[in-house]
Amino acid sequence: MSTRTGPEPFTTFAAPALPIDIANCDTDQIIPARFLRRADDDPEYHRFLLHDLRFDAVGGETDFIYNREPYRGARILVADINWGCGSSRENAVTALLANGFRCVIAPSIADIHYANCVRNGVLPVRLDAAACATLRAQLHANPGAEIAVDLESQSLSGPDQTRYDFEIDGFDKHRLRHGLDDIAMTLEHADEIDGFRADYGARRPWLG
Amino acid sequence: MGRTLFDKIWDDHVVHAREDGTDLLYVDRHLTHDLHFRAFAKLEAAGRHLREPDKLIAVPDHSVPTTAKTVADIPPGEMREAVEVLAAAADRLGFTHFPLTDPRHGIVHVIGPEQGLTLPGIFLVCGDSHTSTHGALGCISLGIGATEIQHVLATQTLWQRRPKRMRVTVTGALRPGVTAKDVILATIARIGTAGGTGHAIEYAGPVIDAMSVEGRMTVCNMTIEAGARSGLVAPDEKTFAYCRGRPFAPEGGAWDAALAHWRTLRSDSDAVFDTEVEIDGSEIAPMVTWGNSPQWATAVTGRVPDPGEAGDATTAETMRAALDYMDLRAGMALSDIAVDKVFIGSCTNSRIEDLRLAARVARGRRAVVPTLVVPGSGLVKLQAEAEGLDDVFRAAGMELREPGCSMCVGMNGDMLQPGERSASTSNRNFRGRQGPGSRTHLVSPASAAAAAVTGRFADVRDLLEEDDA
Ligand code: SF4
Repeated sequence: MSTRTGPEPFTTFAAPALPIDIANCDTDQIIPARFLRRADDDPEYHRFLLHDLRFDAVGGETDFIYNREPYRGARILVADINWGCGSSRENAVTALLANGFRCVIAPSIADIHYANCVRNGVLPVRLDAAACATLRAQLHANPGAEIAVDLESQSLSGPDQTRYDFEIDGFDKHRLRHGLDDIAMTLEHADEIDGFRADYGARRPWLG
Repeated sequence: MGRTLFDKIWDDHVVHAREDGTDLLYVDRHLTHDLHFRAFAKLEAAGRHLREPDKLIAVPDHSVPTTAKTVADIPPGEMREAVEVLAAAADRLGFTHFPLTDPRHGIVHVIGPEQGLTLPGIFLVCGDSHTSTHGALGCISLGIGATEIQHVLATQTLWQRRPKRMRVTVTGALRPGVTAKDVILATIARIGTAGGTGHAIEYAGPVIDAMSVEGRMTVCNMTIEAGARSGLVAPDEKTFAYCRGRPFAPEGGAWDAALAHWRTLRSDSDAVFDTEVEIDGSEIAPMVTWGNSPQWATAVTGRVPDPGEAGDATTAETMRAALDYMDLRAGMALSDIAVDKVFIGSCTNSRIEDLRLAARVARGRRAVVPTLVVPGSGLVKLQAEAEGLDDVFRAAGMELREPGCSMCVGMNGDMLQPGERSASTSNRNFRGRQGPGSRTHLVSPASAAAAAVTGRFADVRDLLEEDDA
C-alpha cells in the first residue's frame, strides 16, 4: 500500500498577497507550453510561473510586480476575471505550488483550472469583481499586506480586516480540508464500479 | 419535465451519486498524448494499476516536429523523450498507441472521431482542454487535469459535479464563404470567453443541422474558448453515416443496437436549459480576432475597435494592452493588417474538409508569405494527396507537412519569431502561444488561405467571387 498521496490539507492560511491585474490570464501565461515536459520536482519549476511576464528573452528580470520586494514573498494571489482560462495544463498549479501559493482569489476562475487547484490543495476563491478590485488596490497601496483565509467558515479577511464570505462546493471543501486523494476514496466504491460495469456492458454491448 | 441530451448521456454513466450532488461517472474512452508521458510512471510509483487498458488510446502530437516521419527524426532531448516514453508505456501496460510510422497517428482530437473511437452517447475524457471537440458526435467529452488522469487510469471513473446546461441556437443559414470557424468565433465574441463557465453547451438550430460533422467538430472544439468544458450536438443521420464503417465503430448486430440507442439521443422538446443564446447565422461574416483573447473577434470587413469606447475602465485597459502587444491601432481596417506567416492546421481546422476549403482558395494563386499546411492525421494527409490537394498547395508555394499540433502551440519547433504576426486556423491567440512575442490572429481555413495569397486579412468572399466570375 502506498502512503498518503493526497495534497497538503487546507484549513486556515494567512500570507502576503500578490495582485495580478490581468483579465483573462490564461494558463499559457501562467506557464508557457515549452515547460510542460519538465518533471514536477524540477528545481527550476518556480521560475516557470508567469515566466514570460517575469523574464525577458535572455532570462533577465523584468519590472513585473512579482519580481519586486516584498511581493516576491506572496503566497496568495488576487487576480482578475477568468483567471486560468485556456489549456487544461495542471502544470499551472504545480508552478503556483513551487512558489508556495496556496490560494487564488478571482472574480471568475476557469472550470478546469479550478478543479486542478482543488486536487492539489490550492484553494480557489471566487469573489465578486468589486471585492477583487478593492483587494488588488489595497495590495498595491500596501505592498506585502496579508490576507487571511479560513476555509471552515468560508471567509477571508483583507488587508484592512474587511471580511468577505465565499461559496465552495461541499465535496471540494471536504477534499481540501482533509487533503484527500480521490483515488483511495473511489476505490472504496470498487464493488459499485464492478456492478455498474457488468450492467453497462449488458446495456451498451457495442462498447465492449 | 424533459431532459436535455447532456443529462441523458450523463445519467447513463452514473456509478454513484453523492448527496452533495457530485457523481462518479464511468468513462468509456480515455485518450491521451505525449504531454502526459509521465503519467504512467507516476501511476506505477503509487502502486496502482491501469484498470481497463482497452479503454485507453494514446498518440503523440504536441511534441512531434512536422518534419519528422519517425522517432529518429526528432532531435534528441525533451521532445523525443516524451514521444519515446509514451510508446514504451503503451508496450508495457498494453494500451493502444499509434506511433509516428502509423498513418493513423495525428492530433488526438482528430484521430478519435476518425478511428470511430468517438461515438454518440459515450463519456470520453482526455488530458487536454480541446477534448470538447468530440461532443460534435453527440457524446459528453471532457478535458481533464493530470490528477484526474491518474484517477481515470486507476478507476476508469471520474468524480464530477453536473454543470449547468446552455443551448446556443444558430438560426438562419450561413452565407457563402462563411464557415463553422466563423460561427464559433462569432459565438465567443457574443457570449465572451467566460460566458460558458460552469456550463455544458448544446449547439442546435438550422445552421448546425446543415453543418457537416467536421464543421460541428470545429464548433465544439472552441467551446472551451467560451469557458465551457463540454460542447455537444445531437447526433443525426449525418453523424451515423460518419461513424459507420470506422475501425473502432460497431458492426453488424452491434451496429443496429447502437443505432437504436443513438436515435434516442436528443434533448426533449420540453427540456429546460439554464441559459439560452440565439445567434442569427445569416448575419455572420468571415471573422478575424484582433486581441489576445478569442472573444476579441470581428468581421474581416470591420475595424480594430477603440478602447475608448469600451463600456468600463478595466476593459479599456485590457484592450489597450492587447493592441499594444499586437502592435495595432484603434480604428485601422482589418484588411490593412499585413501578416508574416500563415498556419493552416490544429485540432480546430486540420481535417480534410478544412484542407479542401484552403485549397479551393489557393488553387491558381500564389502565397506571398510563408504558409504551413499541417494535416490533422496521417490519413488526412493521404486523403489530401489522393485528391491532388498537395499539388494545389505546392503550386501555390505552400508547404504541406507531416501531422501534429505544429504551430498551434510553440513547443515542437514550429513557431513564430518574436514580433511576427500570423493568420492561424488554430484556437488560441494568447500572448506567446505561437512562441514568445508571437502575434496570432484566428481565422477560418478559407480566410487563412486568403491571407496567404494576399499577405493581409482579405475578405475571402471577394476571392471566391473572382473565381466564379
Ligand atoms: S492542435 Fe493545438 S489546441 Fe489542439 S491539441 Fe494540439 S496543441 Fe492543443
